Amino acid sequence: MYTTATHAHDDHHAPTGIKRWLYSTNHKDIGTMYLIFAVVAGLVGGGLSLLIRMELGEPGVQVFNELSESPKQFYNVVVTAHALLMVFFVVMPALIGGFGNWMVPMMIGAPDMAFPRMNNISFWLMPPALILLILSSVMGQGAGTGWTLYPPLSGLAGQPDMSVDFAILALHVAGASSILGATNFITTILNMRAPGMTMHKMPLFVWATLITAILLLLAMPVLAGALTMLLADRNFGTAFFDPRGGGDPLLWQHLFWFFGHPEVYIMILPAFGIVSHIVSTFSRKPVFGYLGMAYAMASIGVVGFAVWAHHMYTVGMGVNYRAYFVAVTMAIAVPTGVKIFSWIATMWGGSIQFKTPMLWAIGFIFLFTVGGVTGVVLANAGMDVAMHDTYYVVAHFHYVLSLGAIFGIFAGFYYWFDKMTGKSYPEWAGQLHFYTTFIGVNVLFFPQHFLGLAGMPRRYIDYPDIFAEWNLVSTYGAYISVASSVFFLIATVIVMTSGKKSVANPWGEGATTLEWMVPSPAPFHTFEEQPDLTSGNPVAQPAE
Amino acid sequence: MSAQAKHPFHMVDPSPWPAVGALAALTLAVGAVFYFHEEPLFGINGIAKIIPGFVLIILTMVLWWRDVIKESVKERVHTKETSHGLRLGMVLFIASEVMFFGAFFWAFFHHSLGFSTATLQWPPEGIEVLDAWHLPFYNTIILLTSGITVTRAHLYIEAGMNEKAAKWTWITAALGVMFLGLQVYEYGHAAFGLSDGIYPSTFYMATGFHGFHVFVGTTFLIVCAVRANKNQFTPDKHIGFQSAAWYWHFVDVVWLFLFVWVYWLLGAPVRTF
Repeated sequence: MYTTATHAHDDHHAPTGIKRWLYSTNHKDIGTMYLIFAVVAGLVGGGLSLLIRMELGEPGVQVFNELSESPKQFYNVVVTAHALLMVFFVVMPALIGGFGNWMVPMMIGAPDMAFPRMNNISFWLMPPALILLILSSVMGQGAGTGWTLYPPLSGLAGQPDMSVDFAILALHVAGASSILGATNFITTILNMRAPGMTMHKMPLFVWATLITAILLLLAMPVLAGALTMLLADRNFGTAFFDPRGGGDPLLWQHLFWFFGHPEVYIMILPAFGIVSHIVSTFSRKPVFGYLGMAYAMASIGVVGFAVWAHHMYTVGMGVNYRAYFVAVTMAIAVPTGVKIFSWIATMWGGSIQFKTPMLWAIGFIFLFTVGGVTGVVLANAGMDVAMHDTYYVVAHFHYVLSLGAIFGIFAGFYYWFDKMTGKSYPEWAGQLHFYTTFIGVNVLFFPQHFLGLAGMPRRYIDYPDIFAEWNLVSTYGAYISVASSVFFLIATVIVMTSGKKSVANPWGEGATTLEWMVPSPAPFHTFEEQPDLTSGNPVAQPAE
Repeated sequence: MSAQAKHPFHMVDPSPWPAVGALAALTLAVGAVFYFHEEPLFGINGIAKIIPGFVLIILTMVLWWRDVIKESVKERVHTKETSHGLRLGMVLFIASEVMFFGAFFWAFFHHSLGFSTATLQWPPEGIEVLDAWHLPFYNTIILLTSGITVTRAHLYIEAGMNEKAAKWTWITAALGVMFLGLQVYEYGHAAFGLSDGIYPSTFYMATGFHGFHVFVGTTFLIVCAVRANKNQFTPDKHIGFQSAAWYWHFVDVVWLFLFVWVYWLLGAPVRTF
């Protein structure tokens, strides 16, 4: 029972209004703001993807003709904004800023984050970054470079107006937010664990957040350096990426992907952590191979810094370089396999309850594995030469992100909904959302494998008639997914305003981590007295 | 601060500075883009567009860190555990800075070692490089000396002699100013301008960002010298000074890499690929 903390705080009431939110130094409030921010950005990013699918529903240019006088450029702008929004403004804020902020301090028995004020600027830098990103889409002809911002398209020769400069600064600001957040998480986890919470007893979500934060800390500054060089090339006359001055556009690709590949693990590792908790909770068994799970994530993080050029197989690298990057990329399948099989082994022999979070977690495991397998295909330089920049790649990274990371977000959302809001989400609504989304996204993305294998290139507004059927199927999938999302939004608003009250631990004996030992919703301050876990397992009786 | 807290960590009160800082970032970014493109912003022309953002950022830093010093010196909320966290935070910040410089060194080595198909020789044709053994070497000596003086200041703090520590910190900062002066002089006398191709791009960007970090480190040291004069450091707790010293050593090491690779080993003579 750790509810005493709330009573101790009756005489020191929580701040309200502007002081509570704008000036916040509370990890739960900041986590909530991150989650709301991610939902808002997700609506915009999802709306853009709907536009893309509506356009690609049939050959020819129809939807974008209505939207813009230069529909093809505008299509590129929409694709770019969709990608940047989803990566930097939805997945990262939700998984790291949202769930990380909410759960990491509670899971390690800490009273808050290490640097609460810095935590707040990490969040409040995100709305300015979003404004800059929106400006990048509407100023001038709009940034239509793709999220990879390759020069020369992103250089003065490609897009000379303000748009790309705004995109660069949007990423600069979002990157600063990430670096500060990463510093905060690493310090919190290394310095503020409750007595007895050794590294090897930390919940796996905490491990995942720690490794994610280390990746952020080391990868983000490289992007910042590259963006600074691009900005200088555009505005100060330098020639880093411009062959006319002796520079090299390939340098950008190296720098970008040295950041970009760790970035994709940054997006998926927290989801790994969430799924581990859920699978364990609803199988009523501890995670199989806990240490293996933790160190698998660590090795994914380390090796993730050594594989960046597998995004660049077609640039004319020497065959020895390509052989190296093929081998190391394939090696990442080993720790990833350790994780997949450990989740299955956790379920094996357990008394499994197929509650909503568990459905999302199992959906994650299945769909992430599909994306992982196509990833192994693409890891081969020989194969990739044929499939580079086709819809096969699009299908691959949407299976690991849209169906992986986003499924992880929803899994975490339903798992911790009671803890964060104090309300109980009706099973039927959560399950309906799951099944419709599962069908929708698979109808949406599975046919894109066929389109890619048939040679349909990505980032084009139009395509030959031969690709029409599967594109139509894919677009129907998008409609199903959108309908499912609308249902989710309405249901969530209803549940949050008039839902049933939940209890401290709605999931029963399988939920053993510390956050289940405080009431739901978690009080403003938790663990003002750190729990003493020195005498064995961090398992205690839940409150109430 | 809650009086009932039974843990050793610092629960920070709500603060307006993060929000002001975020607003500063937005203001500066928008102003900068309009400045780059020579477009008026709300009727303002020229460099004035980026001034509000800069002012807000300086304001945020001053007011925010003033609060931190107040919490440390007056409220005494920095326990052993909290201090450990603050030091860890500084170490992590420096780690991210290392990676930031890594990007510029990558750009330099990519071209100077012949990985780029566009570079046929290094230094490129028409570039007259600076002699490593004149100003750059003097600057190396200055920075290495400043590493010794800052350590001397540190030893005085640990001996509880803040006044002497302040003196040696001022000397260190003065060496930083000297370094910057020589750097500016060197830039003024270099035979190549920023837009003269890839060599000046990598050269000015890497040494320029280093120079900016020397400026930041010098400012940090001056703040510490003032604080030492106010007797704010104790032998067992002087995180501000420690952070400044670590930062200073980091800046020093970056310079050694710049000197060895950019000025000396990969400077003259010309190598072809």
